[in-house]
Amino acid sequence: MAGTAITPTRMVLNQLKGRLKTARRGHKLLKDKRDELMRQFMDVVKLNKQLRTRVEEGLTDAFASLQVASAIMSPEMLEQALLYPRQSVELGLKYKNIMSVNVPQYSFQTKNNDPTEIYPYGFAQTSGELDDALEKMAKVFEDMLELAQVEKTMQLLAEEIEKTRRRVNALEYVMIPELTENIKYISMKLEENENATKVRLLKVKEMVLQDAHNYK
Amino acid sequence: MLKIAVIGGRETVMGFKALGLETYPVVDAAEASHTLRELTRENDDYAIIYIEENLAAQLQHEIDKFKDRPTPAIILIPGREGSIGLGQSALKAAVERAVGTNILGD
Repeated sequence: MAGTAITPTRMVLNQLKGRLKTARRGHKLLKDKRDELMRQFMDVVKLNKQLRTRVEEGLTDAFASLQVASAIMSPEMLEQALLYPRQSVELGLKYKNIMSVNVPQYSFQTKNNDPTEIYPYGFAQTSGELDDALEKMAKVFEDMLELAQVEKTMQLLAEEIEKTRRRVNALEYVMIPELTENIKYISMKLEENENATKVRLLKVKEMVLQDAHNYK
Repeated sequence: MLKIAVIGGRETVMGFKALGLETYPVVDAAEASHTLRELTRENDDYAIIYIEENLAAQLQHEIDKFKDRPTPAIILIPGREGSIGLGQSALKAAVERAVGTNILGD
């Protein structure tokens, strides 16, 4: 690898030294970036874990209530009750920048702000269990939305961390050792040339002196 | 304005319909896969797509495609039968990807 393709000149040496300096600085910066991303990532992971558990519990609970409701009511009635939602959800999307990773931030509005408006049916022909189930559903939905945001953030951060980690490793274990090696090779080669020149000069001097004064 | 979709069994999505989400009842994974493709084809109309876990198990490949894209977020939710633990897998996968190994210890 080293010494095969590079020409041992002072100019190349200077270039390589410059590149090594840049590589070192890049390595340090990327390492800092990786550490900070990692810190943020761990926070997000923790949050995600909590939310996940909460959502799964909440949903299981809501589904159980729905099950009870569907046992009490006839399937047709249930279908009919839920056929036309009175509520509709609108989702806004913005991006937040975490260490150059764009992560989504959701904001959501319901068309009706009245929390009692989630029931798209009259109360006369439906069972109370259905109201219960829907209420639980509405409650867990807020967590679900946050979960979506957090989970996406987590995935995007994971991708960025992976990329950064690869770069840090490439710099640390490939680029920087290679550059150092090449620099060492060139400086040795240059030194060798210098020594050769010095010896040659000494030799020439000796010969000249012998010619002039008939030394020895 | 962006939309939220829910893909799952008919009984699973029923409740979400009342909340005002767009629901796509499906019977099997093949149909779910088809629906997912339909939804993601129209340019980023859907910001979040919730998919029932037991369907998602067979769609892992398709879902993974969206991991690196800002939208849509594909989130697994437990079905009627309760959680089968697949939702946690996204978390594990992300940690493994970032750290290189599973440090959560489960």
